Amino acid sequence: MTGQANAGRPNQLLRNLNAKIASIPMILTAVVIFLGGTVWTVVYSFTNSKLLPRLSFVGLDQYERLWAAPRWLVSIQNLAIYGVFSLIFSLVIGFLLAALMDQKIRFENTFRTIFLYPFALSFIVTGLVWQWVLNPEFGVQSVVRSLGWSSFTFDPLYNSNIVIYGILIAALWQGTGLVMCLMLAGLRGIDEDIWKAARVDGIPMWKTYLFIIIPMMRAVFITTLVIIASGIVKVYDLVVAQTSGGPGISSEVPAKYVYDYMFQAQNLGQGFAASTMMLITVAIIIVPWAYLEFGGRKRG
Amino acid sequence: MAEVVTLNNSSAKASTATKPVAGPRGKKPRPMLSPRNIMIYGALLFAAAYYLLPLYVMVVTSLKGMPEIRLGNIFSPPVEITFEPWVKAWATACTGLNCDGLSRGFWNSVRITIPSTVISIAIASVNGYALANWRFKGADLFFTILIVGAFIPYQVMIYPIVIVLREMGLYGSLTGLIIVHTIFGMPILTLLFRNYFTSLPEELFKAARVDGAGFWTIYFKIMLPMSLPIFVVAMILQVTGIWNDFLFGVVFTRPEYYPMTVQLNNIVNSVQGVKEYNVNMAATILTGAVPLIVYFVSGRLFVRGIAAGAVKG
Repeated sequence: MTGQANAGRPNQLLRNLNAKIASIPMILTAVVIFLGGTVWTVVYSFTNSKLLPRLSFVGLDQYERLWAAPRWLVSIQNLAIYGVFSLIFSLVIGFLLAALMDQKIRFENTFRTIFLYPFALSFIVTGLVWQWVLNPEFGVQSVVRSLGWSSFTFDPLYNSNIVIYGILIAALWQGTGLVMCLMLAGLRGIDEDIWKAARVDGIPMWKTYLFIIIPMMRAVFITTLVIIASGIVKVYDLVVAQTSGGPGISSEVPAKYVYDYMFQAQNLGQGFAASTMMLITVAIIIVPWAYLEFGGRKRG
Repeated sequence: MAEVVTLNNSSAKASTATKPVAGPRGKKPRPMLSPRNIMIYGALLFAAAYYLLPLYVMVVTSLKGMPEIRLGNIFSPPVEITFEPWVKAWATACTGLNCDGLSRGFWNSVRITIPSTVISIAIASVNGYALANWRFKGADLFFTILIVGAFIPYQVMIYPIVIVLREMGLYGSLTGLIIVHTIFGMPILTLLFRNYFTSLPEELFKAARVDGAGFWTIYFKIMLPMSLPIFVVAMILQVTGIWNDFLFGVVFTRPEYYPMTVQLNNIVNSVQGVKEYNVNMAATILTGAVPLIVYFVSGRLFVRGIAAGAVKG
């Protein structure tokens, strides 16, 4: 297939020498770091490396230990809760905001600027701000209590049962602006005539959105889904800043597990096994999408 | 919902009746205070308040003294405005190791961000240009690996990179971190530049080739001057991305080279001493200031950048 694409261009070896030299950094990155590094980590996840990587294979020992570790199980559970809610809420809120923005409103730029600015901030800043806003002694809880509702309790960051939702609130604040932007671009790409036709047929607006516009925006939704999902698996800084995994281990996430075992507990094998599990999670999300997106396009 | 349709119809009729100038093709004028508009703007304003609230709380808290914070609520404006927390956050706040404030982290971040941005954009733009106009056998394969690699969690590749950098004697140094940023900026930037250069008219490239221009001549004389907007987009993407990075900073540098985000986290989440919330918030604003300024100044270009850079997550 690539041969066909190249057939129209001059393809002399010597003339392309400069292009090849210019591509050396890319080739090195792709082959040595991305491919080589990944393979290296996966291979060493089958060893009992502790402080330094050693090639003494122990089969699936690291994985058995991993799936027996309470901290890992908590991490996975948190990631699942965080992931599901984060997907649903980002898509719903992002789409609703985009739909509101698409009503030919005034001050559209102002609203967009407001919704999107958190995305320019780092997860560390996001985490620290929300740590402060959700502080039970001074934040939302104490403000509501001082208004007279003295039994009001909202302390997600200090309650191990709901701490992950506290992180979710911060994550949604940071990320929904981006989803809104992607959705808005999708909505703007839809032909005006569709709206006119729907209006002529007397279809109510919400039905038009639900049954005509959203199915038409399938591609936008899938891309957004992949972007959010691959971000979810990587979530790390936000947790470090907001709760440091606490209280106890109740807000641990896989990415933090990997870092802590690799660089603090000096148990490399566990870190490699955990990061390989992360890789598998991402692969489950990415492979079907890549197949649909790119596999289909090449054939078409 | 059928009411909305009739309502629109009647208003359209009314408007044509009162304003004979407006042709039937013109926009339907809508009354500003229709129930529909109240709902839309109400929802938007409510959402805007939610998004602005943390910024407001940050600013307000950073301007209060500690006694006032202990007494009042976080939403009330400061009674007595003080800039002391800002000075302290910048110059004397303690991270546990040293007490020279965020200024050290700020300058580290500057020394990391500028070279990383310049180098990564230089490499990726030439690369994207080669991929767009000078394709060679296997180029697409490497490019595919690069793009797929962008989705691999960083945690998977971190340790091999630590080993490589250690072998090169660069582990813990700023140079090492700059290399890491260049590597991980490559997929998205290369994609950005490749797509842009592909979208330029091919005749341009062909004409230059006929005139005998080579790889670098075409790049510097034709492609570069034509693609300044995309360079700005790439710059926005990299400056905000690198400035906001935490993981690479904490993994690949020694404490004296920690970037601002890492230092901020160490200041705020340090367990020793009394918590000074006003200093913490001032420090947080200071760290967020650079990407925020980039965001507010760049406006639409930022949106364009994130549409392309969202993959980086």
